[in-house]
Amino acid sequence: MNTEIALFLIQDGLTNGAIYALLALALVLVFAVTRVIFIPQGEFVAYGALTLAGLQLGKLPGTAWLLLGAGIAVAAVELTQALRLGAARRIPTIVLKYIIAPAGLLWLTWWAAPQKPALTLQILLTLALVVPLGPMVYRLAYQPLANASVLVLLIISVAVHFAMTGLGLVFFGAEGSRTPPFSDAQFKLGVLNISGQSLWVIGASLGLIVVLYLFFERTIYGKALRATAINRVGARLVGISPAMAGKLSFTLAALIGALSGILVAPITTIYYDSGFLVGLKGFVGAIMGGLVSYPIAAAGALLVGMLEAYSSFWASAFKEVIVFTLIIPVLVWRSLTTHHIEEEEE
Amino acid sequence: MSRVGLTRARSVLGLFLVFMLVAPSVLPEFQVTLLNYIGLYSIVAMGLVLLTGVGGLTSFGQAAFVGLGAYTTAYLTTVFGVSPWLTLLSGLALTFVVSLFLGFISLRLSGHYLPLGTIAWGISLYFLFGNMEFLGGHTGISSLPAINLFGMVLDSGRKFHYLIWTLALLALLSVHNLLDSRSGRAIRALKGGGLMAESFGVNTGRMKIIIFVYAALLASLSGWLYAHLLRFVNPTPFSINAGIEYLFMAVVGGAASVWGAVIGAGILTVLKQWLQDLLPKLLGQSGNFEMIVFGVLLVLLLQRARDGIMPLVVRYFPGPDKALPPASEALPMRVRPSAGETVLELKAARKSFGGLLAVNDLSFSMNSGEILGLIGPNGAGKSTVFNLVTGVFPATGGEVNFRGERIDTLSSRAIVTRGMARTFQHVHLLPDMSVLENVAIGAHLRGDKGVISAGLHLERAEEAKLLAEAARQLERVGLGGSIHDQAGNLALGQQRILEIARALCADPVLLLLDEPAAGLRYQEKRALAELLRRLKAEGMSILLVEHDMDFVMKLVDRLVVMDFGEKLAEGLPQEIQVNPVVLEAYLGGVK
Repeated sequence: MNTEIALFLIQDGLTNGAIYALLALALVLVFAVTRVIFIPQGEFVAYGALTLAGLQLGKLPGTAWLLLGAGIAVAAVELTQALRLGAARRIPTIVLKYIIAPAGLLWLTWWAAPQKPALTLQILLTLALVVPLGPMVYRLAYQPLANASVLVLLIISVAVHFAMTGLGLVFFGAEGSRTPPFSDAQFKLGVLNISGQSLWVIGASLGLIVVLYLFFERTIYGKALRATAINRVGARLVGISPAMAGKLSFTLAALIGALSGILVAPITTIYYDSGFLVGLKGFVGAIMGGLVSYPIAAAGALLVGMLEAYSSFWASAFKEVIVFTLIIPVLVWRSLTTHHIEEEEE
Repeated sequence: MSRVGLTRARSVLGLFLVFMLVAPSVLPEFQVTLLNYIGLYSIVAMGLVLLTGVGGLTSFGQAAFVGLGAYTTAYLTTVFGVSPWLTLLSGLALTFVVSLFLGFISLRLSGHYLPLGTIAWGISLYFLFGNMEFLGGHTGISSLPAINLFGMVLDSGRKFHYLIWTLALLALLSVHNLLDSRSGRAIRALKGGGLMAESFGVNTGRMKIIIFVYAALLASLSGWLYAHLLRFVNPTPFSINAGIEYLFMAVVGGAASVWGAVIGAGILTVLKQWLQDLLPKLLGQSGNFEMIVFGVLLVLLLQRARDGIMPLVVRYFPGPDKALPPASEALPMRVRPSAGETVLELKAARKSFGGLLAVNDLSFSMNSGEILGLIGPNGAGKSTVFNLVTGVFPATGGEVNFRGERIDTLSSRAIVTRGMARTFQHVHLLPDMSVLENVAIGAHLRGDKGVISAGLHLERAEEAKLLAEAARQLERVGLGGSIHDQAGNLALGQQRILEIARALCADPVLLLLDEPAAGLRYQEKRALAELLRRLKAEGMSILLVEHDMDFVMKLVDRLVVMDFGEKLAEGLPQEIQVNPVVLEAYLGGVK
């Protein structure tokens, strides 16, 4: 291995690591606020990438239909509840939010997609189609079980992952997609060629981290989420609804997931089921921080990216084995540093 | 009713066995194959019923253990021509080592690390199988030999059927036996009763590893069968998705009975087959669309019926009351201290939580055959003293001596072996278990038969003694009439009495009771006081935390009063009642 390759691998590792870091942050966020270990995070990556790929081909992406379907399911649940509580005045809002809005978006996409709008508009449309699925998934799968144990929520997560992967196959098909890069620019830095796309990924990740930081530090909703993460009961007592906190954190997770998908789509071919492994690599990072520390999670995710880049050079067949086996020393390390025995829940 | 349930259960079991016996000769090939798969999956799911349903630990990685069993035999039989019977043992041995290691590193952590860890190494092992040249890569290994059973070559699905289901039923019996034993009670306490089990000497960490390894071994056995049924292995059936489906089977069936594994495996296998035919036609494309249905089904099941299908089934087969154990010889008792000997002594014991000094240099001692009351306003540190004495957490300073031996550095498990047993301020019962079984947990340390003899039911003599002891203690405290009730159905007062019976089962010299009279009615309190006086008369020493002053003053020999972690006063009840400092603490300075 010469310096050039070493530097190239570092660039590769940092690019992937930046994506894993974003996902790791989303996982820590969702876990802290809702105690949900969000396995389906990866599906949002795949959905984001494949929706953008569909738009770039001028096709109506399946996500538009999926969003309407999920909207109708949420509307059904909400309407049943509203009727049971005799709150008929909530009906128009529910219909507007969960049926008319997704239907409008479907129409808009159907109209706009063949005209192949500018990349920025395509990205915005992708986000509009994928991100609302986050809170909808929370409403349908998790909210009725919000007080269940972490383990039950984890099994729910795996079930949601199963369902979303299967739906991905229905709506996107089995073929993979790769989108053209945002930028074809190449920068020469000594012996190293830096691709514009890598800069995009790293820049966008850093930007998003700053935005998230500002959101948590400066906005009332960000503070509400932090409060919920620290003390669920206390937050509820001062008027922060757990359902709101749950939906908001899932919205953020879906946003981060979809953006990661958009960023990663030009780098690797994404299939309907690729998200799972991508998301889990974020997890390996998040676990290093014990699912509580944002900085360690991000650093861990970068480490995973590096490890992956170097192992694909030396032993490409064993890339996944090496990355996922990393969790064993991590668990050993955590089990040696964690001393308390928790009394189980339930 | 119960007799009807038993007859029903027997006839259904009989029909099932007859069906399994004739199925291979009457059913078409396809359905025999389906039955074979259900058998294979059931074996894996049984392990998960034990691990997840009963023990509360979750694994998504069982498919990797199935693969370990399958690949071990595939490699050894095709490359070295080893007999499949020997490779079964090698596969189990390898799985034992691997699962012991994985269990050891992930089980010590709090709940959710284990399932995450299992996902990670589930994926890791899958890619390993697919990328090892000597294991045939993604094409796998073919031409495995058929199993030769006493000269009979099992070279067809129809013949193999008997081997699969014989082993499946034996595995089922072993898990069933295990759960109905001393170790089984400890395992059933893992979910929701860990602290309580530890305080009666159960090594919960060890128990977790045991059931984890047990489940892995069952998975490995299933893998061995799978490999020789198909006589071909490749990585696909050992992927993480397969591991997730195994867990689904266990959740769908539920943990109410080991049969849940068979029912869950049956439902999911048939459903999958049906959906794989139906959905591609419906959607006009091919793929694993059954995933969607499985995912949605599981979410709905967990939202609506978290215990799975088995509780509905069990309702039609109400089991008979367990026969009372025959009056067997009593368990040996420990040597009692002579009257007046110092049993417990605290010397400047101290406990701080960060900046909060919960117990501040507390000293007192109590003698054998004495009832000592520990009282004080809320937050005085009484429960902390209990937790210090019983080793729930270590002291920050000072000494705790029990029968002349220093115990403040020992774990609660080590302390209970020395003859100290406790009850809890908030009752710690296993509500789904019978009163008798709950009490028998107290006698855990008075038996020593382990998991293997439990699985084979070779420990029946010891088990009878333990249950007889539990029944005896229940009679002693006056709960003899509720032996077979579910503990969760007892009134709160009775649950507190049950806790005393459980503590007595540990054959203690010193009994620690944390607010035993709370929530009791007047008559129940009188009965409790009567019981405690009787125990004292039999030489028991009792340390009592209680808020009911009327109850305490009439019962105890001496009192220690605490406030803000310090000892305020010590003496006879009538002295304490007029002690101005105590009055000040309780009544806030009424002159």
